[in-house]
Amino acid sequence: MKGLIVSPSPHRSSFLSTKFIMLQVIIALVPNIVACTIIFGLRALLVLAVCVVSCVVFEALCRKIMKRDQTVSDLSAVVTGILLGMNLPVTIPLFVAVIGSFIAIVIVKQLFGGIGQNFANPAITARIVLMFSFTSYMSTWAVPFFYKTAADTATGATSSDVVTGATPLAAKWAEYTSNGAAYKMAPYQLKDLFLGTTGGCLGETCALAIIIGGVYLIATRVISASTPVAFIGSLALLTFIYTGSGVETVYQIFAGGLMIGAFFMATDYATTPVTTKGKIIFGIGCGIITFVIRQFGNYPEGVSFSILLMNLLTPYIDRITKTSPLGAKPLVKEAK
Amino acid sequence: MNKLKGIHLSHDKDTENCASVDFPLPKSVIIPMSQSMGATCSPLVKADDTVTVGQKIGDAEAFMSAPIHSSVSGKVTAVSDYLLANGSVCKAVEIETDGLQTVCPDVKPPIVEDKKSFIAAIRESGLCGLGGAGFPTHVKFSFDASKTPVDTLVINGAECEPHITSDYREFIENPDSVIEGVQIVQKYLNIPICKICIESNKPQAIAIMKEKVKDLKGIEIVALPSSYPQGAEKVIIYSATGRIVAEGELPSNQGVMVMNVSTVSFVSKYLKTGMPLISRRLTLDGNALKKNAGNYNVLVGTRVSELLAYCEADKPEKVLYGGPMMGICIYDTDQPVIKVNNAILALKDVKEPKTTACIRCGCCVSVCPMNLMPLMLEAAYKKKDVAELNKLKLMLCMNCGCCSYICPANRPLAEVNQLAKGLLMKKK
Repeated sequence: MKGLIVSPSPHRSSFLSTKFIMLQVIIALVPNIVACTIIFGLRALLVLAVCVVSCVVFEALCRKIMKRDQTVSDLSAVVTGILLGMNLPVTIPLFVAVIGSFIAIVIVKQLFGGIGQNFANPAITARIVLMFSFTSYMSTWAVPFFYKTAADTATGATSSDVVTGATPLAAKWAEYTSNGAAYKMAPYQLKDLFLGTTGGCLGETCALAIIIGGVYLIATRVISASTPVAFIGSLALLTFIYTGSGVETVYQIFAGGLMIGAFFMATDYATTPVTTKGKIIFGIGCGIITFVIRQFGNYPEGVSFSILLMNLLTPYIDRITKTSPLGAKPLVKEAK
Repeated sequence: MNKLKGIHLSHDKDTENCASVDFPLPKSVIIPMSQSMGATCSPLVKADDTVTVGQKIGDAEAFMSAPIHSSVSGKVTAVSDYLLANGSVCKAVEIETDGLQTVCPDVKPPIVEDKKSFIAAIRESGLCGLGGAGFPTHVKFSFDASKTPVDTLVINGAECEPHITSDYREFIENPDSVIEGVQIVQKYLNIPICKICIESNKPQAIAIMKEKVKDLKGIEIVALPSSYPQGAEKVIIYSATGRIVAEGELPSNQGVMVMNVSTVSFVSKYLKTGMPLISRRLTLDGNALKKNAGNYNVLVGTRVSELLAYCEADKPEKVLYGGPMMGICIYDTDQPVIKVNNAILALKDVKEPKTTACIRCGCCVSVCPMNLMPLMLEAAYKKKDVAELNKLKLMLCMNCGCCSYICPANRPLAEVNQLAKGLLMKKK
């Protein structure tokens, strides 16, 4: 009998696929989606939906225009969309969300060749670009449960009259800059930081939900624990050494974008090192940069900058953290 | 000692309780002149010659080669060029059987007195590694004891490939023959320690062998974790002894010699009977077989089509020599069983998953038992960067296929490594 399939070994493959991995990330983000909807109201879902839909549409159009294989079904654009939405405040005008999706998918991801080829994290880069381009939109922070109070007192107020407040880090930073080096008690309680009932971007406030998702990803081996542990650990250590205050250290861990950054952004495959050693270096680098920006910089928050800067170093980290193969002998330099 | 990396596969050892059955004598056999590593043999017979069972029909001048014997008695009908499954071409002898299975008068127990006569006898037996790689056994035995003394004999009974149970059946059916073979090798090659290594998914084999060696000195049964590729030479040496065979070294450089269990068992059978390697046990399995999946003693040269017909194979799409991880596809079911085949798998409903872009997840790195970086090797091969391929130690890749297996993007990483090895060979 002829006409058999002839192909190189192995003749089995695992159930793993890119789509499966992306699906795990989406599942891990569900607690956070629920949390931000509870904290910021249904508009949070609207912002996320706009980001997801526009990311998917931009991805599909890009692949079509570039005459490449369609990759929408791998769900990576959905993940980018959710993560971008989580990096925006609930009050963001929807056209800004669409522009953010364009930056993330078209400029950062597809122009460099699509999934796996981009050197910078699409959602982080889009957040930074929007922060500089639409600073006021990007730094208007609704207070938690504003939609409830708005409904309760909805006698004359329109729905756009949102009660705004500061993020934990912005509050801290303002206090720091006005009072010099004197630290007072944090303006938010630690319980609020942990549960996410503070001002901030959609997906960065609720540490509890992020940790649940992160633990799920580590348990399903989609991400390794090394990056988040190195990132959060190094930031905590530096903060504790510098301030000498346990409360301040815990505050720094749970405030701002550290949690979502460490679990969901600094663990992006394409833009972070491959080996465990590399991941630890990456995480520590992020921790140091975040610490420096938060303590000495002109901005209250430094997580996105730290991840972007470390993204740029990833190829170099990869170079110096190659694995050492079993029984490998050093290369003999050939005489010229 | 860290465990080497690897993967966990479903074992699918459905044929483990199938006792070996002699496969019916085929009408004709086709015996290729290249069945093991080393030089291709030249045929010693021509068309119309009459041959008998065990008669030598192919041999080579080179030391690194194992002679080939007729598995049947009958008449040679043709000696012609033949395309092997591995892509090379060699002569093959086609013999029509007379059904009598007359044994060649040359077949008598060899006289073995010392290491030299032992190695000479093993060469005449045509024995090569029966686990799959097919390294001529007498070459393995010919290590220079003054330069690289071997203190440990590792018997490879890991059988880590799914489906295959032919080595397992050797433990169950011929445990004494295995022990005798070990003792013969230990005696003539002066190897004090023997470790018989069996994966923990074969508790019955471990129990039988433990019982057999309990009063013997110098033989130890080692239960290894069931992970793939536990049976790869460098992996099993590390698992059994903790020694690392470095790049470019032979196991004997580390004082170790590895032999497959069926190979060592054959040594004792051969010294008793003098019957060279003309048949072997193989596992017939796969989802395309309707019945009779099991273990068979098959004459070398039997066409795969006869085996498949016996099992009523239902339109197989892929037929493999060996297991699903490292097996070689055959292009035509008229191809014969050769010495190194430990299984024939007939598969249907074959899915060839679509390859997508690398997402740099690092799964390939996290499973490579040699601790290589397949994703970087692939990138280097794409650029034809020979220096980078060397730096990444491409030649250490043993083509176990873990990287291709695990890859979520279904990239053919193991295949790329093989192509890259070809590139390096060409540049040398």
